[in-house]
Amino acid sequence: MSSTPTVVGSRHEPRGTAGTRPAVPPGRRRRRTLNPSQWAAVGFAAPLLVYLAVFYAYPLWRNIDLSLHDYTIRAFVQGDAEFVGFENYLEIFGSSTFPTALLNTGLFTIGSIVFQFSIGLALAVFFRSSFRLSSFLRALFLVPWLLPLIVSASTWAWMLNSDNGIVNSVIQAFGGEQINWLTSPDTALLSVTIANIWLGIPFNLVILYSGLQNIPGEVYEASSLDGAGPWRQFWSITFPLLRPVSAITILLGLIYTLKVVDVIWVMTTGGPGDASTTLAIWSYREAFGTGMPSFSPAAAVGNLLIVIALVFGFLHLQLQRRQEAS
Amino acid sequence: MQHHRRKHTTLAATAALAVVGVLGACSSDGGASSDEATGDAPGGTYTWWDPYPQHEGSSDWEGRVQQCGEQAGVTIERTAYDTTALTNQALLAAQEGTSPDVILLDNPAVSTLADTGMLTTVHEFGLDTSAIDANLLDAGVLEGDAYGIPIGANTLSLYYNAEILSDAGVDPASITDWDSLTSALAQVDEAGHRGITFAGIGTEEGSFQFLPWFWGSGADLTDLASPEAVEALELWKGWLDEGYAPNSVINNSQNTVWEEFLTGDFAFAENGTWQVNSAAEAEFETGIVQLPGKDGGVAPAPTGGEFIVAPVQSDTARYDVTRQIVECMTTPEGFVETANTFAYYIPPTAEGQEQLTAENADLEPWVEAVQNAKGRTSDNLGTDYPKISEALWTAVQNALSGAATPAEALEAAQANAEAATS
Repeated sequence: MSSTPTVVGSRHEPRGTAGTRPAVPPGRRRRRTLNPSQWAAVGFAAPLLVYLAVFYAYPLWRNIDLSLHDYTIRAFVQGDAEFVGFENYLEIFGSSTFPTALLNTGLFTIGSIVFQFSIGLALAVFFRSSFRLSSFLRALFLVPWLLPLIVSASTWAWMLNSDNGIVNSVIQAFGGEQINWLTSPDTALLSVTIANIWLGIPFNLVILYSGLQNIPGEVYEASSLDGAGPWRQFWSITFPLLRPVSAITILLGLIYTLKVVDVIWVMTTGGPGDASTTLAIWSYREAFGTGMPSFSPAAAVGNLLIVIALVFGFLHLQLQRRQEAS
Repeated sequence: MQHHRRKHTTLAATAALAVVGVLGACSSDGGASSDEATGDAPGGTYTWWDPYPQHEGSSDWEGRVQQCGEQAGVTIERTAYDTTALTNQALLAAQEGTSPDVILLDNPAVSTLADTGMLTTVHEFGLDTSAIDANLLDAGVLEGDAYGIPIGANTLSLYYNAEILSDAGVDPASITDWDSLTSALAQVDEAGHRGITFAGIGTEEGSFQFLPWFWGSGADLTDLASPEAVEALELWKGWLDEGYAPNSVINNSQNTVWEEFLTGDFAFAENGTWQVNSAAEAEFETGIVQLPGKDGGVAPAPTGGEFIVAPVQSDTARYDVTRQIVECMTTPEGFVETANTFAYYIPPTAEGQEQLTAENADLEPWVEAVQNAKGRTSDNLGTDYPKISEALWTAVQNALSGAATPAEALEAAQANAEAATS
C-alpha cells in the first residue's frame, strides 16, 4: 500500500526519457513518437524497470547513502544523519578488526573454493561413468544443499564441540588429544571453513557434472584409441573443455563464499574474539549483533564486500573476452 | 507533503535493512490500525507489541492484556515479535511515525530507544514510580528521566545438582565467596564429576553471564581493565585451565548451559529465573545458591525482564487511555498476576514481592537475587552500555580461548570501549 506512490513516481522517469530522446522537434512529432504500440512497449518494459529500480538500484544507493552519513540510532529515527563523507570508511580501515577480518575472508574464501571445486570436480568425473546406484549416490551428495543452513551449521557445531563432540571422541579413542575446534583461536577459522566446504560441494558437483555432459563422448573414444589413459584424458580433454564452466562455477562460488554469514554466525559468532570474523560477519555484527545497531560502519563494510566481488566479476569478464578473442 | 515523505522513508527503511541483511518485513500494519482509531479514545483500538510469541491468541497472557484493555474501555490489538526483531520493528515504526501505543521492551533496549526520542517519559504520563525498586527502575533511566516501568524482573543465580554435591561432600551453604566456590569445584572434580558450566558466547549473553563475577569483584563497567576486573576474568580462566569448566563454555549460549546441566553431569550451572520450572522437573534434585561476591556476600547480577513503555504519538489524546493500560499492568496485583502468568518474573515492588512469596515460598531466593541485581544500562551508562558490553564479551572470549591473557584482553577491551563511546 505505502509503496505505490513511489512506484508510480519512478515509472514516470523511464517513460519520460524514452519519450524525449527521439522527440527533437517539439509539438506534434513528439506526440507521434508515442504511438499506441510504443506506449505498449514502454508499458511492457515498465514493470521490469520499476523492479530493477526499486529492488536493485535503490537499495544499492541507500547502502552507499548509509555509509556516507553518520547514522546513529537517533539519526535513523529522526532522519537527520550528518554527512561525514568517507569517515566511516576511514574508521573501518583503521579498526583493529579490519586486518583480521580481511585475512580471514581471504583464507576462508580461497580455502573453501579450492576444496569445494576440486572435490566437486573429482566427484563429477567419478559419477560420469554410470554404475549401479550412481544416481542414488549422486542424489545423496545433494543432501547438504537440501538441509536448512541452521540445521547443518548446528550439527557441525555439535560434532566439533570440544568436550562432547563426536569428532573429538573419535580422536581421543585413537589416543589423540582433545582439539578445541570452535573455541581455540588457532582452529576456529579452519573449522568453519571445513563446514563451508562440505556445504559447497553439491553446488560444484551439480554444475560441473552438467558441464561434463556437454563434452561429446567421441572425444574420449578417439583419445582412448590413441592410447590415452584416464589421467591423460582428464588433463588433456576434461579439464580444458570444462574451462568455461569451471570459470563460472568458481566465480559464483567466490561471490557466495564472500558473503557467507549464517554458517559462521551459528557455529562461532565470529569468535573466539575475532578469530573467525570475516568481513561479512563483521558487517552483520555491527548492524545486528550488538544491542546498539551501527548501520553506517556496517554499510561501509558491506560496500567494501560489494567492491571486492565486483573486481572479481570484471576480472572474469576480462578473461572471458580474451578467451573469445583468441 | 508530510504524507509523501512518510512513504519515502518507509521504503528507505525497508531497503536499508534488506541490504544489510535482515528481512525488512516492516509494513505498517501496526500503524494502520492506530490510524483508523485516531481520536475517539474510548472504544478505539490500541496497539500493543511484546516479545512473547510463545503466548498465542488463546493464552492466559493474551487474556490478561485484553482484560487491561477492557478496563480502559478499548480493544487491544496485540502483536508478538522475537526480542531482537522487536527492537528493530520499534525503530522502523518510529521512523515511519506509526509506533504502537504500548511496547513491552527488553530492559537494555529501553535507553537505546529513549535516546532516539521515540519514547515518552514516565513523568509526562503522570505515572507514579515511587514504589518500584530503584535498582530495577534504573535500567530504564536516561539522564535522570525514567522511560518505562519494569513489569517484572528476573536475574541469574547458581543452580546446583544436589545429588552431585552430596556425593562429593559439598554443603551448598558453605559457598559464600569465590574461594569456597572454587574449592567446592575442586571437591566435585575429585569425586569424578564435572564442575560448572556457564555461557561465554560472543554475544550479549556472554556479557550477561560474566557481569555477576565482574561486579562481584568490585569492578566497574567504566573501567574494564581494572585489577578487580582482571581478577574476575582470571577466576573464569582458572576454572577452564583446571578443567572445572568445559572448554566449550566459550561458545555456550544460556540455553546450551541449561541443556548441559540437565544431563546431570554438572554440579553447578549459572542460569536465570526462567528455568525455575524446568529445574523442578529435572531428573535430579536441584537447588540454588546466590552468586557469591569475591569476598562474600551476594554479587549483583544483571537484571533481565521487560519494561512497559509508551512511544510518542502524534495524537496525544491517546495518552489518557494508554496510561490506564499501563497502570493496569503495574498495580501490585497486576505484577503478581504477570509473575504467575509467566512463572519467571519477580514483581519489581516490595508489596508485589511479599504477595508472591506468600503464594510461593520457593521463589524467596529469587526475590533476594532480584533485590541485589543491577541494571546493565544503569550507572548512567545508557546507550554506551552496548558498546562496552561488546568489548567485554570479546575480552572474555580472547582470554578463555587463550588468544590473550586476561589482563591483555581487558586492556584491549578498555581501549576499544573508550574509542567506541567517545
